[in-house]
Amino acid sequence: MRAYLPAYEMETPRDLTAALLRMAREPGVWRAFAGGTDLMVLLEAGKLPHRKFLNIWNLGELRGIAVTAEHLTMGALTTYAEVQRHEILAREFPLLCRAAAETGSVATQNRGTLGGNIANASPAADSPPALIVYGAEIEIASTGGARWVPYASFHTGYKIMNLQAGELIRAIRLARWRGASWKQYFRKVGARRAQAISKICFAGAGRVAAGRIAEVRIALGSVAPTVLRAERVEELLRGQRPDDAAMLLAAQDALGAEIAPIDDMRSTGRYRRNVARNLLAEFLEVLAS
Amino acid sequence: MPAEAARKIRVSCVVNGTAVTCEAYPMARLLDVLREELKLTGTKEGCGEGECGACAIEMDGALVNSCLVPALQAEGAKIRTIEGVACGGALHAVQQAFITHGGAQCGICTPGMILAAVNLLARYPQPNDAQIRDGLSGNLCRCTGYMKIFESVVAAVRDAETRA
Repeated sequence: MRAYLPAYEMETPRDLTAALLRMAREPGVWRAFAGGTDLMVLLEAGKLPHRKFLNIWNLGELRGIAVTAEHLTMGALTTYAEVQRHEILAREFPLLCRAAAETGSVATQNRGTLGGNIANASPAADSPPALIVYGAEIEIASTGGARWVPYASFHTGYKIMNLQAGELIRAIRLARWRGASWKQYFRKVGARRAQAISKICFAGAGRVAAGRIAEVRIALGSVAPTVLRAERVEELLRGQRPDDAAMLLAAQDALGAEIAPIDDMRSTGRYRRNVARNLLAEFLEVLAS
Repeated sequence: MPAEAARKIRVSCVVNGTAVTCEAYPMARLLDVLREELKLTGTKEGCGEGECGACAIEMDGALVNSCLVPALQAEGAKIRTIEGVACGGALHAVQQAFITHGGAQCGICTPGMILAAVNLLARYPQPNDAQIRDGLSGNLCRCTGYMKIFESVVAAVRDAETRA
């Protein structure tokens, strides 16, 4: 059933300070509303539980991509379209650009934001695996100030995140990637190439030195209650040859133990397990090439 | 019936070059404001959840699905709908190509398809085939099988090149 529109309030705060004050005065009552690509879908389905929203879409403090020698910092309202257009992101963080290009359609990419993608907390989101591989940090703002937290520990359970009432995601920061020698791999598997929400999403990066995996990072979406970093698999792979067939089987088994995919409207746990194994094999082929 | 919390707000924006002001609930869909308040019924509703692109419009130059834009966020925006694509009596090259090459069948997806194609050409004046496919990938059609739509856009690009 469609939502009853008069029940929903939305206001446009003058600036970030005004937004944070509003959220602090009535904790948990006012929620941030960015590009609407998730919330408007819930509204239309009559399933939007919150009633009061702050329209943060035009807040300049949450926009823009700043680059220093050390970091690349994206305002929370950075859209997928902006991610794809950014030259340094394309050069140094291609997994994030690939994820942005494969999220929804052009129209979705113009409105969907990185901060919104994180706050929506879907384990099937496409940008988080890339953010985890790159060791992203996120800045949380409130009237009490700002704090930086590692993104990998931000989501603690299905739709549960380290964000208190009155707090807002302000920015996402990536340490500049100095590893031109890292090989990077991204693959999203969905019902079709465009538009689909993923059945499984895999992001990996690794560096091979003297024929052995020196460093490796792997993250997957849609295989657990949160987007998952496959730390045990990474541990197993370090020091190994990427083309070692016995090692591949062991790593695939380790991955199978680390993930907990479910049956849902988009796929089955069994299919996701099989594809996760295959994507790991494909990633190792990339490392070996 | 839940308590009425929100009142209608006045939203002022520029639609197809004309300044307009209308009243709407803050979270009313821009799609409904366009169709029901402004009587611009060229913009269609397909899925109502951002999957099909039938309600695509341009907002400040960017292609967006109007079913996912709350009325409040249209404040101050420059909006172009299918009614604003032709220039006076002259059809846009993409519109003409859809007619010539059979790109429209039942017509529900057509306004969104044309907006997506026009927006693509604004970003890439001479798109290659892959860019055209990508530019149309957010728009679903249940009649044509897509090839005639794709061929219409290819023809619009080719005709523009011939004239240039």
